This record gives sequence, C-alpha cells and structure tokens, in this order.
Amino acid sequence: MRKREWIYGWLLILPALTLIFLFTHFPAVLTLLHSVFSTPRGRKAAHFVGPANYERMIHDPVFWKVLTNNLWYALGTIPVAIALALLMAVLVNRPFPGRALSRMAFFTPTILPLIAVANIWLFFYTPGFGLIDQILGLFGQGQTNLLGDPATALPALMVVAVWKEAGFFMIFYLAALQAIPPQLAEAARIEGAGRWTIFRRITFPLLMPTTLFVSINAVINSFRLVDHIFILTNGGPDNASSLLLFYIYETSFRYWDTAYGATLTVVLLALLCLLAIGQFFFFERKVHYK
Amino acid sequence: MTAIETQQGRAIRLAGISKHWGETTALSEISVEAPAGSFTALLGPSGCGKSTLLRIVAGLEEASGGQVLIGEEEVTGRPADKRDLSMVFQSYALFPHLSVAENIIFGLRTRRVARAERMARLAQVAELLGLAPYLDRKPGQLSGGQQQRVALGRAVISQRPVCLMDEPLSNLDAKLRQTMRTELRALQRELGFTMLYVTHDQVEAITMADQVVLMNAGRIEQVASPHDLYERPATIFAARFIGTPPMNILPQSALGETGARLAAELGGDLAFGMRPEALRPDPQGLLEMQVTGGEYLGADALVQGRIGGAEALMRVPGQALPEQGTALRVALAPQDLHLFDAGTGRRIDYPQPASPMARPGHPAGSSGAMSPLSNPKEP
Ligand SMILES: Nc1ncnc2c1ncn2[C@@H]1O[C@H](COP(=O)(O)OP(=O)(O)OP(=O)(O)O)[C@@H](O)[C@H]1O
Ligand SMILES: [Mg+2]
Repeated sequence: MRKREWIYGWLLILPALTLIFLFTHFPAVLTLLHSVFSTPRGRKAAHFVGPANYERMIHDPVFWKVLTNNLWYALGTIPVAIALALLMAVLVNRPFPGRALSRMAFFTPTILPLIAVANIWLFFYTPGFGLIDQILGLFGQGQTNLLGDPATALPALMVVAVWKEAGFFMIFYLAALQAIPPQLAEAARIEGAGRWTIFRRITFPLLMPTTLFVSINAVINSFRLVDHIFILTNGGPDNASSLLLFYIYETSFRYWDTAYGATLTVVLLALLCLLAIGQFFFFERKVHYK
Repeated sequence: MTAIETQQGRAIRLAGISKHWGETTALSEISVEAPAGSFTALLGPSGCGKSTLLRIVAGLEEASGGQVLIGEEEVTGRPADKRDLSMVFQSYALFPHLSVAENIIFGLRTRRVARAERMARLAQVAELLGLAPYLDRKPGQLSGGQQQRVALGRAVISQRPVCLMDEPLSNLDAKLRQTMRTELRALQRELGFTMLYVTHDQVEAITMADQVVLMNAGRIEQVASPHDLYERPATIFAARFIGTPPMNILPQSALGETGARLAAELGGDLAFGMRPEALRPDPQGLLEMQVTGGEYLGADALVQGRIGGAEALMRVPGQALPEQGTALRVALAPQDLHLFDAGTGRRIDYPQPASPMARPGHPAGSSGAMSPLSNPKEP
C-alpha cells in the first residue's frame, strides 16, 4: 500500500521533474563540462583542457572590466530601485483621487519589453535633439552625449534599469502593505508615534520578507537584464557599459568562442548562487515571518 | 500591587456628535457624558455605531459634527496622539515583530521615557498582569488570553487618565471571558482611569459598568445604571435588548379588558412588557397562557406559550415543565408590569404601581384550567 502511494507520488511529479532536468539542470551541467573543454573549430573537435579557460579568464582584462562594471551597476541600481519602489508603494497605498491612475503609471514600465523601453530612452538620450538635450537647451546648455562618454554611459544605463524595475518591485511592496492590518498603525498613533516612527518601527520591519524577496530578485536582475545595452550602447565605448552577461553573449555568439563563454557562464552562476545564499543569511535575523 | 501610580480619570463629554459616510448616517446627535473615573459601557447591536463613536473619541475618525471634550478640554480637532488616552483594540493590534516587552513599552519609547523608568514600569505591569514569564516571546507565541493581557499592559503602562476598549474580550472563550471581566473591572477600579468600553454583549455591560449607554441605529436609546436599565427600560428596544430571554412585549389586545381599561386611563395605544422571570404559574393568576412548548435549561426551564394570542415566554423551575397544550393561569407582580406607548415605543410611568393587575371580580381560574404544577404527568 505504502509503496503504491510512493509510485503515484513520483508519477505525479514526473512531468515537472523532466522539464526541470531537461531545461535547467542538464544545461547547467553541460555548461560546466564545456568550460573545461576547448572550443570546437572546423574539423578540430573539442578536447579536454582542464582549467585552461579559467586561467585565461583570470588574465583577461575585459573580464575584470565587465565584472567591476557589473558590481557598480548592481550597487547603483538595487538600492535606488528598492527605495523608489517602497516610496511609490507607500504613496499610492493611501487613498487619494487618481490613485488607480498613479498605480498604473508607476507599473507601466514593467509591462513594456526592455527593448521598447530602451528605444524610448534612446530618444531621451540622443545628442542634440533628444529630450534631455532639448530641456537643457532651454537653459542655454550645450549638447551632451551621455551614452557616448565612458564616464556617463554606465550610469545612463543604470537610470533605465531603475526606471524599468522600480514599478515591478512596487507591486510587491503594495501587496505587502495592504496585508498589514491598519489597526497596527492606529495603535501606534494612539501610543504617540508620528508617521516616521510608525514607518521605521512598524511598517518597515513588517515589510522585511518582501524586502528580502525583492532584493534577491534585484540582484539576479542586475546580472540578467542586459537587453537595453544592445539598443543603447552595445557595451561601448571601450567596454565602459558592458556587463558580464553581455560579455558572455558577445564571446559566445559574436566570436563563437563557446568554451570561454561557458567558462564565464559558470562564474556568473556561481556568483548568483553565492549572492542569493549570502542574502538569506544576512536577512535571516532581521526578517520576521508571520 | 498598587505600585503603578493611580491617576485621576478625566470625564469624557460628547456633545451632539454626528457621523455620515456619504448617504449613510452612522451616528446622529449623540450627547452623553462618562463621569471621571467611571466605567461606561457602550452597548448595542452590531452596526449601531459603537466602534465609530469610540474611534471618534480616540481621534482615529473625524466627526461630521459635534464636540468631544475630555476633562473639560475640547479635543475635537486634536490628533490621536495628543489626546492623552490609551486604547485596546478588538484584534489587540499587537506588533507581531516586537517582543511582549517591546510591545508593552512601545508608547514609553515613542514618548522618550528614560530607560530606567521604562524598565521599572514594565516590571510592575508584567507583575500586575502575570506576564513576567512571557516578556521575551513574540505575540504569535502567546495564547489569546495572554495576547489580550499584553494589549491591556500596553494600554495601562502609560497611566493615561482615559482608556478606550473596543470589544476586547470577544475573541476569548466563555470561561476566560468571565475571569477577564472581573479582572478588567478590578484593574479599572484600582488604577482609577475613566473607561469607555464597547461591547455588544449585554452581560458584559451589565456586570462591569457603572453606567450603560444603550445605542441603536446611531442613536442613544437609554443612558442608565445596569440596575435601572433592567428594572426601568426606557423603550421597548431597551426592554428587549437587556435580559435573556428578552422581555415579553404583548399588544394591548392580549390583556383584554385590563388592557382596554389601562389604555383608556392613560390614553393611546399601549404595549405591555413582562419579563419571563417575573411571570409565574399561579392558579389565582389573572393571565392565561396556552402552553405550546418548553425548553429545559438545567437550572430552570422556559415555557413557550401564548397569552391572549401573543407569543410569550415564562421562566419556571427546571423540574416543572408543563405539558404542551395545557392552559396555565399565570400571575405577575404589579411592579413587574412595564407599560410602553405602542406608537413611539417609549416607557409610560404608571402612577399607581399597585393597581394595574388587581381587578376585583375577575374570577381566578374561571376557564377551568387545572394547575399543571400539581401533577404534570396525570392525563
Ligand atoms: N468606513 C466606513 N464607510 C462607510 N460606512 C461605514 C464605515 N465604517 C462604518 N460604517 C457604517 O457605520 C455603521 C456603524 O459601524 P460601527 O463599526 O460603528 O458599528 P458597531 O456598532 O461597532 O458594530 P459591531 O458591533 O458589529 O462592531 C455601520 O452601519 C457601518 O456600515
Ligand atoms: Mg465595532
């Protein structure tokens, strides 16, 4: 009897398991394998090279460049996007005329594909007649080339990413805010707490599980969202705005160096795992689960 | 036990409070006073506006009209944190991420009371409410009754002159509710604050309060002591709301000639109120009750029947349930008859309480009903 149930159980999860193994675990393992072989070229088949690809990576200045870029990108976008999301959620959580409209407006960037978003921003950034230059022109400022300057190309991309992501995170915060009973704030008010105290001592701590969830997503996204680079800068100038995933794409599909691409991918995966685990440990003490 | 300072309560006075939400009127022209240091219960059926009124006093809701005065100071426009009161919510509203201790001293922290003083007061309150073993737990790790005490602790630690409570006992089981009733009342007496206590449970109001404010559909029905509320209900609504089972209200016609005579004497259409526990079987009784059923309650029993065609209940000792279909003679002490104006529902105070049921010449037991109490099993 127990054995029958056991078989049933496995049969029931078999379809899901198959999909996960086929499309998630199998490619991951394959990537790991590829990273210790050479890239097959022409008639030359791939052969085992051990850690050669990894050695090459360590001596690759572009790798270090995109990795640093990516760290700055993450450091710059994640806190800003989360803070903005929280601010917007708190703003549209209280009743006011036009609330539904504001919520929709804040959420719109999320619905748009990143490629479309990038095209909109390309129009903003275009030197000379882009929106930014037109506005600056009103104040008698000269032309800018935000995307063409190595110093500003990456920050310009970061602005787009924040604009795109904040609305998405806002939805989670909004849902979490609505799950907090309003009596808690009322009780705090009666006990003499002002708005800021209520936020700091009640609302924010109760939003911690959401903050954890959102920040893990934000970290993953900061390594994953590179679509807008293709439209806006193509990683330039001089790799100033290239990120790890974009570099992997270039290596694998522009230069067809698939083995080195696999090596970089393994590093990316390892990095993401470490960050996710690290976040869980970091937040564990601070998160109150109901 | 009295380590916590007893603070002088402050009177709460409401003058013409109204509250509208668009078309709906939750409160209309409520004027009432809760004397300093008293225990005042706001009683009424669900949806009558009790919570709304309490929230207006707390400053969590704005009144559409009228004034709130606390201790002779007008506070109508003041925010909740400037009214110097505390409140216990029905859901307790404990902060789930803070420990019991942090929950209790939350208000002291926001008001920047020094640490030493905070700890001293926390120790006293924990002692008073028996919470000392749980101070480090989170509210989620406490039973309902313990959570309720934490909410109480948070309310009393700040020693405010006024405390508001919105059905604080309704989430507890019957037995715990009973002990908490006694404890709450004792706590209020000891600390001397003015209590405004919302409940829809008449037993709570009757047993705890010095003064009961009975509300119905956004209006005040009666403001009276529990004793007066039971003995001299001001309206038919009050009469039927207080007491279990509710008072029998009989139309004038049910009392036949007696009814007609009284109506002529007092003028207007009358309704007669008699409590089930005031009626008793009596072969000499003036009223006749057709028994239609009975309900055995243990200590006593309820006889269901009709008096002059109108439904009525009578409470009798448990062993003596009369059989269905019998006609019982029933008596009532004259002071237990309540008269109401059938049109307005208001009480009519009858000048000679001794006379209404004593009509000379009415043949007792004329309908030939045998006394069912003598031997109910006999066919
Ligand atoms: N925010 C609101 N908007 C509109 N109507 C409301 C609102 N709050 C309460 N009401 C209405 O006001 C009336 C009084 O509500 P209130 O909560 O004061 O009742 P209550 O006496 O506390 O009832 P209960 O015993 O069920 O808690 C109800 O008819 C309710 O529908
Ligand atoms: Mg209520």
